[in-house]
Parts: sequence; C-alpha cells; structure tokens
Amino acid sequence: MKITVTVNGVERSSDVEPRTLLVHFLRDELDLTGTNIGCDTSSCGACTIHVEGQSVKSCTMLAAQADGLELTTIEGLANGDILHPMQRCFQENHGLQCGYCTPGMVMAAVSLLDENPNPSETDVRIGLEGNLCRCTGYHNIVKSVLACAAESNGASK
Amino acid sequence: MIPAAFDYVRADSVDAALSALTEYGDEAKLLAGGHSLIPLMKLRLAAPSVLVDVGRLDDLRYINDAGDYIAIGALTRHRDLETSSLLASAAPLLAHAAGHVGDPQVRHRGTIGGSLAHADPASDLPAVALAMGATIVATGSNGTREIAVSEFYTGFLESALAPDELLTEIRIPKLDTQGWSFQKFNRRAQDWAIVGVATVRANGSTGVGLVNMGSTPLLASAVMDAVKSGANAADAAALANEGTEAQSDINASSEYREHLARVLVRRSLEESGLS
Repeated sequence: MKITVTVNGVERSSDVEPRTLLVHFLRDELDLTGTNIGCDTSSCGACTIHVEGQSVKSCTMLAAQADGLELTTIEGLANGDILHPMQRCFQENHGLQCGYCTPGMVMAAVSLLDENPNPSETDVRIGLEGNLCRCTGYHNIVKSVLACAAESNGASK
Repeated sequence: MIPAAFDYVRADSVDAALSALTEYGDEAKLLAGGHSLIPLMKLRLAAPSVLVDVGRLDDLRYINDAGDYIAIGALTRHRDLETSSLLASAAPLLAHAAGHVGDPQVRHRGTIGGSLAHADPASDLPAVALAMGATIVATGSNGTREIAVSEFYTGFLESALAPDELLTEIRIPKLDTQGWSFQKFNRRAQDWAIVGVATVRANGSTGVGLVNMGSTPLLASAVMDAVKSGANAADAAALANEGTEAQSDINASSEYREHLARVLVRRSLEESGLS
C-alpha cells in the first residue's frame, strides 16, 4: 500500500507492506537510522519519535497508521548545525554514556517538556518511565532535562 | 519482530468499520491505538488476516457530560482521560488510573475503547470500569445496545462483543464520590500490574475491581458485600481472594498474588476512607 508521511518537514511517499512497523519504515526505507531499535517490545523507548508532536514508540505502530501524519525523528530536532536545546543540555550535562538510548530519551524529554514545561525532578523521573538506559545513567539524564527546562523558563521570563 | 502478513483497511466512519467487519467476519480484527494488539501480533500470538483500523474515527474521541453519566468515546486516548478536567471532578479514579497505564508514549496512542475491548485481565482500566459500574455501548449493523461492564468480560481476552460489533462509547455513572483509590503493584513503573485494585465509595455502596486476579477482570464481590454489611477494611479485605483464580507466572506465584490482593484491597479501602 502507498503511504505518505511528513518526516522532519519533508513529505515522503512509499509503498509498504501493511505489516511494516513504523521504525522499520524510518530506518530501512527512509534511511533515518537515528531512531534505534532496542527491546522491540514497547518497553525500552529507544525508538521514541514524535507523531503529531507527541512521543510514541515507533516499534509499536504500523507505518500504515502514520499515513498522512507529521512525524519528527531525532534527525529533525537540530536546526542545521545548531543543536536543539535538549540535545545541547544532554551534551553539557553528560546525559549519555553509550548513547544508545539517547535519541529516544531526547525525543521523550522534548515531549515531556511540551506537556509540563516546569517539571520537578520527580516529574522528570516519572515522565521518562517509558525509556530505559542500560548504562543506568539516569542521574545525568534527569539533570539534562531539568537544565533544559530551567533554561527555557529563564528565556521566557 | 514482524507481524504475520495481513490486509489493512482504514475505516473512515463507524458504518465503514461495521461493513468491513461484516465482510471479513472472524478473519478481521479492529485496530484502535494498537498498543495491546500490535505487541501480540509481533509475537505472533495474534495473526488476524485483516486489520480494520478505526484509529482515525475522531468522532469517537470525546468526554462529555451527558447528565446522569459521563459519555466517553471509544477512541479517547489514555492521555485525554488523564488530563480531562471533567473526569478529574466527576470520575477522579478513572483519570488517575489512566495516568498509570503503561508510560507516556503508550498513553499518547492507547485508547479506552481498545483497552476495554481487548479484555486483558492485567489491564488497569477494565477493573476501574467494573468498580465504577460502567456501561459499554456496542454498535452493530442493527443499531446499538448497552452492556453492563459486569456482564462484559466472558473469558481470557474475550468479551460480550459480537464479531460484527464495535465498542463505541463508555458510560461512567456520575457518582457522589466519597472516596476512591487505585493500587497498582508492579516491579517497573511501566509494567502491567502484578496485582491491582480499583476502589470507589459512592452513593452508599463500594465498588472494588481487581486487576490480574483471574482470566478476566473481576469484581471483588465478597469484599463489596462485606463492606455493605458493615465490615471494617481489614475484615472485608480478608475476603479479597473469594471468587478469584490468580495465575502463577514469571512475576509471581498465585499464592503471592492472593496475598497481594488482600494487602492491596485493605490499603485501597482505607485510602477510600473506610476505617
């Protein structure tokens, strides 16, 4: 079947099998390999992208379900060479160790701040419950998200 | 993991969904948010030959005050329930429990209708619907019918929905809530409950729903009867296992689940204001 999606602002069409998972479509058809496959069972969140602006696990959605929708992957966050504030905050706060969970963590964190721009540390920890870091580097991940929230709140005051 | 091959039909109306169900019969499975069904299909525990996607039926995405009850469209997502100001005041147990389904990514996609129709005894919302005395509205080619949620669950992953019916609305009675509680015991935040308990005390009676204590979502009827007869929380909670058939699995033995049910029912009753 033919589907058309807008990924990172660019319209892309493709013929897919109905059973194609969205994450496979992104990685194998569109060559957007920034989105990682981790557990493949809706648990780890490594494959988190945004569908219509909200975080979603792309291993648990069919490409067919995304037909006509707006998607954002980790490749779509930065503005050219300028990192998205969340990416920069992860960099500055050492919010990654091996980096495998990072694309999903960053996408989940951006969605979290969209919904709750001024989270407490507990809010961040609970808000990232759908993302696992096998290095257990949660402390600096939480620090990164709080830094990004503080920065955006400072900028808007 | 990739699902077995299937044909995909996107329904653009309730009527289109019903025609597809009539056309494909038992071969077809309805797809809403997909967060219960797609994982099963990836594991090949489910292999429908046709998926009828009702996920775009935005007409079925609403939370309305209908006078005596709150009407919730089947395609309403968990995130919508969690953040609804109407539910926060009229059905706080449901809003709270919806915020504990899976994780934020799951709640962005999963729907109340999908969750109730999937009939997984380990899901949170069926127990909440049972405790609150909800009514399911099913639409078929011959019109709609109402099913009390206490009559809805007929077996493991089985409900009273006919193969050609679509769950279209959930009706939550407007209760004069005196107290409520949702207890979910799990190892990791995003996991299914090893055991869960939903309690609401309102209009002089107490509803207690159990998660993962049998092959279907269950009402703790013995507990409810005991509370009605004046038992205190401790005595009523001692009856939490009556009528249950807890399974043993990798997370817990059936004995452990029974113990958890007694402890969590007591906590739930106490948090709901019963001494």
